[in-house]
Amino acid sequence: MNRLSVTLPGLDLKNPIMPASGCFGFGEEFAQLYDLNLLGAIMVKATTLEPRLGNPTPRVAETYGGMLNAIGLQNPGLDEVLAKKLPFLAQFDLPVIANVAGSTEEDYVEVCRKITQAPNVRAIELNISCPNVKHGGIAFGTDPQTAYRLTKACKAVCKVPLYVKLSPNVTDIVAIALAVEKGGADGITMINTLLGMRIDLKTRKPVLANITGGLSGPAIKPVSIRMIHQVSQAVKIPIIGMGGVSNVDDVLEMIMAGASAVAIGTANFTDPMICPDIINALPQRMDELNITSIESLIESIRKERHG
Amino acid sequence: MILVSNRKLTADVHELILQGNLAKDVPQPGQFVDLKVPRADLLLRRPISIASVDNDTITLVIRASGEGTKALCARHIGETMDVLGPLGHGFPIDFLKTDQTALLIGGGIGIPPLLQLAKELHDQRVKVTIVLGFQTKAALFYHDEFERYGTVLIATDDGSFQTQGTVETVLDQQLKDLSADAVYACGPKGLNRMVITRYKHHPHAYVSLEERMACGIGACAACVCQKDNDPIHNLKVCEDGPVFRTSEVSL
Repeated sequence: MNRLSVTLPGLDLKNPIMPASGCFGFGEEFAQLYDLNLLGAIMVKATTLEPRLGNPTPRVAETYGGMLNAIGLQNPGLDEVLAKKLPFLAQFDLPVIANVAGSTEEDYVEVCRKITQAPNVRAIELNISCPNVKHGGIAFGTDPQTAYRLTKACKAVCKVPLYVKLSPNVTDIVAIALAVEKGGADGITMINTLLGMRIDLKTRKPVLANITGGLSGPAIKPVSIRMIHQVSQAVKIPIIGMGGVSNVDDVLEMIMAGASAVAIGTANFTDPMICPDIINALPQRMDELNITSIESLIESIRKERHG
Repeated sequence: MILVSNRKLTADVHELILQGNLAKDVPQPGQFVDLKVPRADLLLRRPISIASVDNDTITLVIRASGEGTKALCARHIGETMDVLGPLGHGFPIDFLKTDQTALLIGGGIGIPPLLQLAKELHDQRVKVTIVLGFQTKAALFYHDEFERYGTVLIATDDGSFQTQGTVETVLDQQLKDLSADAVYACGPKGLNRMVITRYKHHPHAYVSLEERMACGIGACAACVCQKDNDPIHNLKVCEDGPVFRTSEVSL
């Protein structure tokens, strides 16, 4: 038995580690650094119906223990993702989680309808939480009714399990989580970035051309842990956790908070080998903490929460 | 890589020499490395262009301007530095033949990658003219090093050394009649923009761009620049560049 393996709707994972969407492109660059077969899965860059150029630069700014980004969903568009990006990943034994974004409900549904057909797409991650675009994105993820409606509409066309990526930029994240569960989501991924801003003292202007951006990195981990803890008690569907994870202890902490798998985002920039390094470090750390397997840890946490 | 030398070139510009296998793997002048900052609270690597390569060492020139670059410049000899690279595409030179001419234009902290370029062009017996711009005489560095490889003309903003003005002043006043077979530039945005405009239709004009980066390898799409005459695609400075033809980018 593989003590690292986990099973989630649509996803049989050899380990619980995957790069988070937006921090790993479509895997082409990291594939030159290591064997992507090592990963549990890959969450690819958000895909929209039409190609998008994204926001003006500067798009990133460093903060203490974190960074702000305002990429703005730059991507080559659905057609190129289907024709080139996903086929590239087909050479690996690697479940793909396709991140879907849009400006309107129709956009989201159309991208879901087509991307769900790609043979290596095992699940869809509905991005209702991008804070960096003027239309769509986070607008779908801050109101429970809207989130419910969009989830339901997309679920109707998805042939693979649908996960919904939640925004932390809300007063009550549990209400949104319950709404997407009711809308038919098979799982939740959380959290997207926290809206933030920095000002340059010399120019007295915002550092980011977009003015605001999404905060990620170790600085936000206590927030992601808290929110996963809250949501995992309220919903029955599984959670793929993310938000500031940068080492093996963070991974286990997030699973203890209520996640069933863990995505690594910003840490890939600091250390491009972070995902395989964490996967390698897991067994020894599990031994030290008397954890037999990831599945048994998830099960024990779940029992505690739901009886 | 191991830090084997760290010396100040000016009040805030350091020259770091690093030893390691990576040095054997730098095919082009103008490529860069991404340095991990030795502080847990600073997550993003710092992209630094390679100033020169010599057997098993690379030389980097860093201006200690922010917290990350200050921490990098404070490293001691003998310490190990976490270096990702070499990254990006550098300056193409293979098309130049003996006795053809190359014009190199650099400004401030954009100057270092031109040193290895000047050396390789000189080795290829290309005639090299180098125009460098600094704020003031005290900010000047690598003057002697560049003079080994060609004719060096310098502009300072305050006129404290050679021509008062910018590199453009030197081009207009002293090099009006120079018809270069290749033009290479690296500097602040204003200099790069001037070069792109001035040499837009030159068949062999190249400019090295700078942009804030996150991953350094092309995955995050942070460091993009505008592709000329293409409303749908842009270019990634780290992966497609940092060196671009003047005809393919807009600034």
